[in-house]
Amino acid sequence: MSDVPILKVENLCKSYGDLEVLKSVSFEVRKGEKKVFVGPSGTGKSTLLRCINQLTAPDSGFVYLNGEEIVHSGKKINAYRQKMGMVFQNFNLFDHLTAVRNVELALLKVKKMDRKSAREKAMYELEQVGMADRADFYPAQLSGGQAQRVSIARALAMDPEVMLFDEPTSALDPELKREVMEVMRTLAAQGMTCIVVTHEMKFATSFATEIYLMEKGEIVEHGPPSEIPTSPNFVKTRAFMGSYADE
Amino acid sequence: MDNLTSTPVPSDGPIGFFQSMLDSIISQIPFWQDILLPALWDGLWVTMQLVIMTAPLGFLLGLLVAVSRVYGPAPVKWLAQLYVIFFRGCPLLVLLFILYFGLPSIGIVLGSFMSALVGFILCNSAYNSEYLRGALQSIKRGQLLAARSLGMTKAQGVLYVVVPQALRRALPGVSNEFIYLIKYSSLAYVVAVIELTGAAKIIASKYFMYFEAFAAVGIFYLVLVTITTFGVTWLEKKYAIPGVSGAAVKTEKGK
Repeated sequence: MSDVPILKVENLCKSYGDLEVLKSVSFEVRKGEKKVFVGPSGTGKSTLLRCINQLTAPDSGFVYLNGEEIVHSGKKINAYRQKMGMVFQNFNLFDHLTAVRNVELALLKVKKMDRKSAREKAMYELEQVGMADRADFYPAQLSGGQAQRVSIARALAMDPEVMLFDEPTSALDPELKREVMEVMRTLAAQGMTCIVVTHEMKFATSFATEIYLMEKGEIVEHGPPSEIPTSPNFVKTRAFMGSYADE
Repeated sequence: MDNLTSTPVPSDGPIGFFQSMLDSIISQIPFWQDILLPALWDGLWVTMQLVIMTAPLGFLLGLLVAVSRVYGPAPVKWLAQLYVIFFRGCPLLVLLFILYFGLPSIGIVLGSFMSALVGFILCNSAYNSEYLRGALQSIKRGQLLAARSLGMTKAQGVLYVVVPQALRRALPGVSNEFIYLIKYSSLAYVVAVIELTGAAKIIASKYFMYFEAFAAVGIFYLVLVTITTFGVTWLEKKYAIPGVSGAAVKTEKGK
């Protein structure tokens, strides 16, 4: 591998009206790294993820995927997005499709795979997240943890180079959080590059290669998980995060 | 009424009353058999042609207008909105008069059937587009976001993810409009299309049998609407999403 980072974010800014959600955020992700963003609610963590894959257009700044600038890539963004799997807080599974069809839809329509190989690939991905036995269930028939695992499979099916997790366990009961975290750990162990936004401090410290502490749209501190939880900034922020921090 | 009918025997008591009623019904059988029903069957055929041709085209056009209004770029949005304002705002009767009597003066002659068909499609699609627009807007934004995050274009996301869900939600409204269509198709007779109502009117005034003719027509429409209602219920069941819509949901949830 060259030393070009998989993902490079440069001076990303985003405002909603007078509210500056992102104030010139920059960082780099190399292959296999797990970057975890923590911080109080409303500090732009989720916006940052969406500005990376352009679901939200940043006001200024650049995002490079394997060295290619993608903020101003026009229609090519659809190809770039396949390389960045996204997992949402509310799963956003397609409500009218069974689990397996959720996974295979983009394989059929975007990758233009034939029905048979799309189904095989979809089943393989469901197996990876332990959901093969629920392939024919509709999203409303799944528990939150199961739904989130299917949505991870759906993102993985596109063979992404980096996975973006937007508070993947926030909508789940403590019991169900664990099964999703388990899947994420397996994924990480296989070498998947991950960017995670979360409120789960314990998970963050055991999962991350680097933790970023965000506050009011800025990265106020970053470092390996061994350092961040004891840094003065973080101790200060803990108060903001309240109960989240101890879960 | 003058009692000049053939039976000279005065009918006394309840038995005589029913006797004379039965007689008058029997005496009408040839009228129903040879005159009224054949005319109504012909009329029904025309009504069916109008409805069956209007419904899919009105639906597709309505969908196109609705998608344009919700997802189109600004100028397309406005055009679609104008379309709805115009064709929903214009009384169907007036629209039919414009198409049939007005257009020939600028050199466009559609003829009776085509005028009715075009008028119905325009009206039907305008109403359908509103039901569909509401349904499209009710689908959570995250559905399209998820589609786009997988690399789908906006059009693909709308087509494969949003529209299939919206159609299910719009089904009650759209089928309501379909039932209206069956009934307002009777307006075609004002542009000289002899459909069900028109056929009945001709027979009624020719034989002075208004009650019989229109009662029969009423039953025809009732049957058409009832069949439609069953069809819609079947569709709703067939496309119900397990766990979401439909009454009794058989799931293995919590297993």
